[in-house]
Amino acid sequence: MITSKNLTFSYSPQKRFNFPDIACNDKEALLILGQSGRGKTTFLHLLALLLQPDAGEIQISVHNLSGLSAIERTKIRAKNLGIIYQRAHFVSALSVMDNILLSTYLAGSKQDKEKASYLADELGFADHLNKKTTQLSQGEQQRVSIARALMNNPNVILADEPTSNLDDNNCQKVIELLKKQSSLIGASLVVVTHDQRLKDEFPNQVFL
Amino acid sequence: MNLFKISIANLKEKKLNSFLSALLLTLGIGMISLLLLLNKQLDEQFRRNIRGIDMVVGAKGSPLQLILSSIYQIDSPTGNIPLSEVNALKRNPFVKNIIPLSMGDNYHGFRIVGTTPKYVGHFQAKIKEGTLFSKPMDVTLGSKVAKNVELKIGDTFASSHGLDSDGDAHNDKKYKVTGIFEPTGSVVDQLVLTNLESVWEIHEHAEMPASDIKENDPAHEEEMGETHHEAEKQVTSALIQFRNPMGLLTIPRQINQNTSMQAALPSIEINRLFSLLGVGIDTLRALALVIIIIAGVSVFISLYNSLKERKYEMALMLSMGATRTKLFLMLLLEGLILAVTGYLSGVLLSRVGLLLFSRAAEQDFHYSIREFSLLPEELYLLAGALVLGLLAAALPSLGIYRLNISRTLAEE
Repeated sequence: MITSKNLTFSYSPQKRFNFPDIACNDKEALLILGQSGRGKTTFLHLLALLLQPDAGEIQISVHNLSGLSAIERTKIRAKNLGIIYQRAHFVSALSVMDNILLSTYLAGSKQDKEKASYLADELGFADHLNKKTTQLSQGEQQRVSIARALMNNPNVILADEPTSNLDDNNCQKVIELLKKQSSLIGASLVVVTHDQRLKDEFPNQVFL
Repeated sequence: MNLFKISIANLKEKKLNSFLSALLLTLGIGMISLLLLLNKQLDEQFRRNIRGIDMVVGAKGSPLQLILSSIYQIDSPTGNIPLSEVNALKRNPFVKNIIPLSMGDNYHGFRIVGTTPKYVGHFQAKIKEGTLFSKPMDVTLGSKVAKNVELKIGDTFASSHGLDSDGDAHNDKKYKVTGIFEPTGSVVDQLVLTNLESVWEIHEHAEMPASDIKENDPAHEEEMGETHHEAEKQVTSALIQFRNPMGLLTIPRQINQNTSMQAALPSIEINRLFSLLGVGIDTLRALALVIIIIAGVSVFISLYNSLKERKYEMALMLSMGATRTKLFLMLLLEGLILAVTGYLSGVLLSRVGLLLFSRAAEQDFHYSIREFSLLPEELYLLAGALVLGLLAAALPSLGIYRLNISRTLAEE
């Protein structure tokens, strides 16, 4: 579960963002739509605890996140959040399998190879586990990053433009997998996008 | 999955960069390590053989040459001196021991040295088989000679004139092997020892054709001496031990001023030789240090560049729960792995170099330098390499503490 209240953030006095309140329960999905320059990524980074808001509150699962230190926020992020970025990025020196395991290693949880293989099977890239990530297509890469986000059984999955670099076919696949997998582990799914193709996929929507 | 594995993967990802850094370090460390090894072992070899010899007397000429030829048997002798003058030194109260040496012939490149049993006693050479030479034309072989020329006790052989194996053979007089020494680790190993009379006997009867007369040939001069003054016996040089160090102060000057001989002090000449070699060694060492510093710069540049490329990866790992210190350690580990790799292969390289050098030295001088164990100085070298790796990695990696996660992730 993730909620936000009265979030504001400014990069400079002229550029100030006021974000709408959101609430997304476990197993629910929320789409945040907005054009470029409306602070979509900033909003997502606030929710992902990568940025500190000027004012307002965020609650993730049972944790109220006001007044936490940077290290505590990092820990909560690692344990409770799965983040999927616009372009899938990886540690290029490592194989697909190791990139997936990396998130468990860095979060300090068990490095479960079976689970990684299972997710790879579910998401359809089981043949590529020993390849380097650069050898995969964009659609495949995005599916790998979904698997990586799911490894720690997060409470919330945040996706920043997960489909904007994908063709219609892959877009459909990726969004279905996201919805299915996040409800399977009982997580809230928050997708931030300008991609109009996703409009009809989510009943809950917020406009920036 | 752990930090070490990620570091290794990162190094493998940049194979050529890593290779270059490690290669430079290998060369630098290898050179320094080889210099250390050579320096130590040459020093040991040289010191071992002069132990207990306070002074050498021989014909006038270069004192260094006299030392090299009489103690180490690697240079030509300076000439001959009358035995009577050498014996006159015995009257000096400071002189404890005189070991006369007479050389000029060889067998297959191994020098035949006429001397007295005192020489054997001085190097504490023990007989392995047979007996020590006693009659003229009897010889006892050093262990290395015995191994190389395949002579057994009772075998006879003809020596060749001069100090190279291609001299004329003295076919009319044959030496007879009566014994073989145990290995001593000293110059005795590479010598054929006989008594003084053998050397005189060989050259008394040898008829030399005029065309064979060579300038500065000690054996030849000796012969000339023999023909002109039959009565006067000559030797090449003599090793002298003093009863106490006071002898060093007066005797060398007396000899140099009042006799036809010169006196040379081994410790002084060897120090002189080493200070001459030292210039070359210092230059090489400076060069090796420069290479090592370049290796450090190479580690720095390759990490700096790869860090710029991997900025996003770093931000990603930070967002997934890595602490900045953890990533900093990961980068340090990359520098350390390079340093250790460079050090190990450098030490290995120096051993290969030593083996090659030793082979060449054995062929030319019959000396072998084969001590491959790790020197204490090389542990300092390891510490130095680690510090270098750490520093070269730490400088560019400090940027990790300034990385803005959100901006880096948003930018790409």
